[in-house]
Amino acid sequence: MTASAPAPAGAASPAGEALLEVKDLKVHFPTPDGVVKAVDGLSFTVHRGETFGIVGESGSGKSVTCLTALGLINRKAAKVEGEISFMGRDLLRLPGDELQKVRGKDLAMIFQDPFASLHPMYRVGDQIVEAVRVHEDVSKQKAQERVIELLSAVGIPRPRERFRGYPHEYSGGMRQRAMIAMALVHNPDILIADEPTTALDVTVQAQILELIDRVKTEFNIGVILITHDLGVIADVAQTVMVMYAGRSMERGTKDEAFSQPLHPYTWGLLESIPRVDQKGSRLLPIEGSPPSLINVPPGCPFHPRCPHRFEPCDKERPEFADRGGGHPEACHLTIEDKRRLWTEREQRRSTVAA
Amino acid sequence: MGRYVIRRLLWTVLVVMVVTLITFVIFYVMPPGDPAVRFAGKQPTPGLIAEVKKNLGLDKPLFGIELPRVWESRPWDSQYFGFLARLVTGDKDKCPAGIEGCGRPGLGVSYDSRTAVRQELIERAPRTLSLALGGAVVWLVMGISIGIISALRRRTLVDRAAMGFALFGISAPVFWLGLMALFVFWEVLDIEALGTGYVEFADSPSGWFSHLLLPWFVLALLFAAFYARMVRGNLIETMSEDYIRTARAKGLPERTVVMKHGLRASLTPVVTMFGMDLALLVGGAVITETVFNIQGLGFFAVQAVRGFDLPAIIGVTLVGALAVTLMSLVVDLLYAYLDPRVRYA
Repeated sequence: MTASAPAPAGAASPAGEALLEVKDLKVHFPTPDGVVKAVDGLSFTVHRGETFGIVGESGSGKSVTCLTALGLINRKAAKVEGEISFMGRDLLRLPGDELQKVRGKDLAMIFQDPFASLHPMYRVGDQIVEAVRVHEDVSKQKAQERVIELLSAVGIPRPRERFRGYPHEYSGGMRQRAMIAMALVHNPDILIADEPTTALDVTVQAQILELIDRVKTEFNIGVILITHDLGVIADVAQTVMVMYAGRSMERGTKDEAFSQPLHPYTWGLLESIPRVDQKGSRLLPIEGSPPSLINVPPGCPFHPRCPHRFEPCDKERPEFADRGGGHPEACHLTIEDKRRLWTEREQRRSTVAA
Repeated sequence: MGRYVIRRLLWTVLVVMVVTLITFVIFYVMPPGDPAVRFAGKQPTPGLIAEVKKNLGLDKPLFGIELPRVWESRPWDSQYFGFLARLVTGDKDKCPAGIEGCGRPGLGVSYDSRTAVRQELIERAPRTLSLALGGAVVWLVMGISIGIISALRRRTLVDRAAMGFALFGISAPVFWLGLMALFVFWEVLDIEALGTGYVEFADSPSGWFSHLLLPWFVLALLFAAFYARMVRGNLIETMSEDYIRTARAKGLPERTVVMKHGLRASLTPVVTMFGMDLALLVGGAVITETVFNIQGLGFFAVQAVRGFDLPAIIGVTLVGALAVTLMSLVVDLLYAYLDPRVRYA
């Protein structure tokens, strides 16, 4: 790994301390059909005060990475290698009960589907109070007061009343707000948001993203934002990591990823977002579908779908390194070729309809 | 909620009326033999038969409704409507001399034993209730705990042993199980306290308990097996829900995750099944009662059918129908309490 934690050269990451360092993480699930390589050699660092966006298609290993950090995957069914270091402690080697003390206290997570993430038979307030009392010995009344304060802080109107409501009486956005409140009860160091807006209406999406951004600043925490939507990243993230088939394809600041993307897969992702600002620009989907994680293509996993593949792509796995473009990526093309190809693609895209 | 309960209770009355009507049609309108002939003794004279008929009230019209000349109907003097009326007013005035226990609800007098059906039911109900409720406790404890262990130790030896036991419990006929239990504990091990028959709780609580122990387990085995499989399936399904992941992500200990968050959702459907099973048993656990010689409602029902004892049949049917309809009301109310998403409609 050439580009590692305390990021080099300028704006690669904001100032804060390194909170979570993932080093060469591998999560493999042996199944009767073969080994599913959900995560295969992944490294990144998340800092305090930073929103770290992880982008990729379904099955690219985004969620598994985070669930592994929290110990929420079935460790008996998985082969896990590497290191996830959280403020000096390796989460992968922490005994179960130690990890349980970290979960929900220092490392909190919210999920994709707020409709299914809350227990349908318990009052929302009680579920959050439970989260308070599991890590802290406080009276029910005190916990309740704190939860009501938090509900109000995440923008739930009439929190005292809402405290007694059941999840089915909440709207989708309200539920996600409640989940965020639950994640914040112990002032965690890191909030992992796994596709927090995917199941919500567009207008609500923006509100939730805005809330996550505000929470990040107010609580001074690190946020890992998992999404398949580059638009979401563009809104709130400072750093972006593009994942494909359990590996990192490109990582850089938001500006680097959006204005000087270096990997053909990132290009494909960018071209498949609708752009209102460029009249007549066309959506160019990435051909093909994500690979099976059991038979990951040799060499670069993206080469079967890559329009720029050449001779070494199907044989040699490209190293994840800075090839002179200013941030690390994993593509065999030279930096000159990359710059030229991206410029060509940009021009073609905006002139297609003309 | 009050309105809902009242509406459901009115429905219960209607259901019970329909049930009695059907029972009447089956046993009075389409009888395989005239009860009066049976009770008139061997080679009865027509006069004797007529007298028996009059005594039993079988000379009256069934429904008293004249078609097409409806205005000539006299339903209040018919067998069926007379029966319904006696349910409300009681049958003290109709009670033949020397027979005790008539009253409200009036259920008539058994042809066979010449006792008031009402009295019989009152005497026998505690026996069946003891059997059913005790058995229910045994099968709930067994079924739920086996189900939980099995779900948590899925695909291990423990799980396979438990599910093998469940398969045995579901497949083994109750009469065979009962006889085997009696053979082992009574004949081979010679434990006299575990004998057959029913001991009144008031006479000897320990005797009541020990005599019911075998029947409870024999009755419970079948249900325990079903419940274990159901709880196992539900819990496995629930444990893969997103809200279980949330519970774990909060940092709750696995014990709390399973016992609070997992079980709450998995046991709610079990409540429905339990209510119905219990209601059916209150109507009489026929085979278990017969094998262990517990003279409860099921035993009574079998006797009544075999002896063509019409008032007794109707009486037992009525108890069973009431148990089922009331239990289903209780289950529905309980369900709405357990699952806040359910609303009375």
